[in-house]
Amino acid sequence: MKKLHAWMAPVAVGLLLAAAAFPLYWTLKSSLVPEAELFRDPSFLPRQITLDHYRSLFEVRRFWIPIRNSLVVAGATTFFAVGVGSLCAYALARMRFRGKGVLLSFILAISMFPQISIVSPLYLVLRELGLINTYPGLILPYLTFATPLTVWLLVGFFRQLPPHLEEAARIDGAGRMRSFWEIILPLSVPGIATTAILTFLYAWNEFIFALSFTVGPERQTVPVAIALFRGRYQVPWGEILAGVVVATLPVALLVLFFQGRIVRGLTSGAVKG
Amino acid sequence: MARLRYERVDKRFSADAVAMDGVSLEIEDGEFMVFVGPSGSGKSTFLRVMAGLDAPTGGRIFIDDEDLTDAEPKDRDLAMVFQAYALYPHKTVRDNLEFGLRMRGMAADERRERVERIARTLDIGGLLDRKPAQLSGGQRQRVALGRALVREPRAFLLDEPLSNLDPALRLHARTELARLHRSLEATFLYVTHDQEEAMTLGDRVAVLRKGRIEQVASPMELYRRPATRFVGEFIGSPSMNLYRCRVVRERGVRLETAALRLQLDEAAPSGLEDEVWLGVRPHDVERVDAETSGEEGRARAGSEADAEGTVDLVEPRGSDLLVRVRLDAKSDRTQETDGDRLAIVLPPEPRVEEGERIAVRFPRSRLHYFDPNDETRMDQ
Repeated sequence: MKKLHAWMAPVAVGLLLAAAAFPLYWTLKSSLVPEAELFRDPSFLPRQITLDHYRSLFEVRRFWIPIRNSLVVAGATTFFAVGVGSLCAYALARMRFRGKGVLLSFILAISMFPQISIVSPLYLVLRELGLINTYPGLILPYLTFATPLTVWLLVGFFRQLPPHLEEAARIDGAGRMRSFWEIILPLSVPGIATTAILTFLYAWNEFIFALSFTVGPERQTVPVAIALFRGRYQVPWGEILAGVVVATLPVALLVLFFQGRIVRGLTSGAVKG
Repeated sequence: MARLRYERVDKRFSADAVAMDGVSLEIEDGEFMVFVGPSGSGKSTFLRVMAGLDAPTGGRIFIDDEDLTDAEPKDRDLAMVFQAYALYPHKTVRDNLEFGLRMRGMAADERRERVERIARTLDIGGLLDRKPAQLSGGQRQRVALGRALVREPRAFLLDEPLSNLDPALRLHARTELARLHRSLEATFLYVTHDQEEAMTLGDRVAVLRKGRIEQVASPMELYRRPATRFVGEFIGSPSMNLYRCRVVRERGVRLETAALRLQLDEAAPSGLEDEVWLGVRPHDVERVDAETSGEEGRARAGSEADAEGTVDLVEPRGSDLLVRVRLDAKSDRTQETDGDRLAIVLPPEPRVEEGERIAVRFPRSRLHYFDPNDETRMDQ
């Protein structure tokens, strides 16, 4: 291979960074300028700054309701998916039984399943159960996708822990559950945190189910609420972009904060130990 | 304390991965039993099956005559020390030691009292509030031992507990372990691949090979009367010299290889057929030409010698020399084989030089014979 010139790497990184960061910057900038300026000749720096869009987002659009909904739904999904998923993953990581490989691929397949194909049947089921436009009506469908994902990720983490630790615990007098609780869980905190964040992101960003299974603004989540901002005759770009910023910033900060762990988490288990 | 018993125990991981093959063995109360064998001999599995970490595929496990084959590890009241120590990395030394007691529901002040007593015994009292990552290898090993001791279990299972220590520390820890066993009078099951460790520690030593016990006996018995060729070769350092010999019956009984000619006569073992494995330990081989000089002396030495050869390599070992000899082939073969090699341990004086001629004799009373087919010991 030809040798890379020293200047190539920084330039390539710079281009990539610009490509990734520019839309974010443009969103932030556009959410901070008056509506009129949005349609004038574009300029890189804002000519005038206003918080009008944010004000109307919370005062007129009552944007804190979808935020609350998203927090509840994503939080509950994360809680249950990680709770159930960690137990499943532990069993799959440690126990020997016939068909384990098949089961694992099946679990992965479920989390890859195209969501759109089960929207209609799920809608009918949820309607029968009276769960349309409720929190459980979103949390349950989310769990069907999120749990397999958490199981898959956590199996990787648990497999990395030396089995001798649990064996020592079992000989010391701890049962399976006890050694899971006392030994495995405390040692898996990084893995579990990573899994929880990824699950939370999945539920926070989810759109199709949230759109299909909610009816009014009372139970709509953030992505749905933003999508429904557009009226029949006009698109309130300023408010949409302000909503996007509000929905993205906390999540982006969360990921930035944990990014080291997430990267380690996603690649761990990829290499056979 | 406890008597442990394996009864026709099998452990197969798959059709050709057999870790235990019909093992029956009883370990007496207070006995120090060592399992020794090369890697792949299944020795760790012997402990894991006793501990309940692996379920046997056949046979039963008894502890004090109680059938505990299907019991959970926690219900067996055994303690185990792992090769990699397996200390709980997120717990302090104190919590590591206390864990087993807490699991068994012991009251806090009693736990504290016991942990501190054991910590004093093992000289780790100053480390109680540290995490395992802050300890040296030797300290970790002590904590691992302490975690087993503090429980006062029915028996101790130790899986190569010294193999991660550096050599100087290992010898020290070995002595400590022997002393500990004597003072506790507890049953110890100890796994190692190091035959010297096995010999020095064990009341009895079981030599394992491919999931079977080749021989179980006291260390001295193993050394003096190995039951199979494998045991003969595995026990003792340097390894026993082994030769596959033809049995020639003309004017008495003689064993022959390309390089050896050994007149046995009445010293021959009973039941000899056409071939036999001959074993002789490097320590037992005698040099017959050391003091002789001149043509006459050399001729006399030649008539006494069972083999002659050239010194290939001298390895000084401080108290003695390990001398590797290439024997002269008596037939016209040109290709060198293992049958031409001989290891001898000689005193450091007189000096032996590489390339020197040497004549040796095998004392008949110290020879070992093994059946050429099943490789079991044949007696005189």
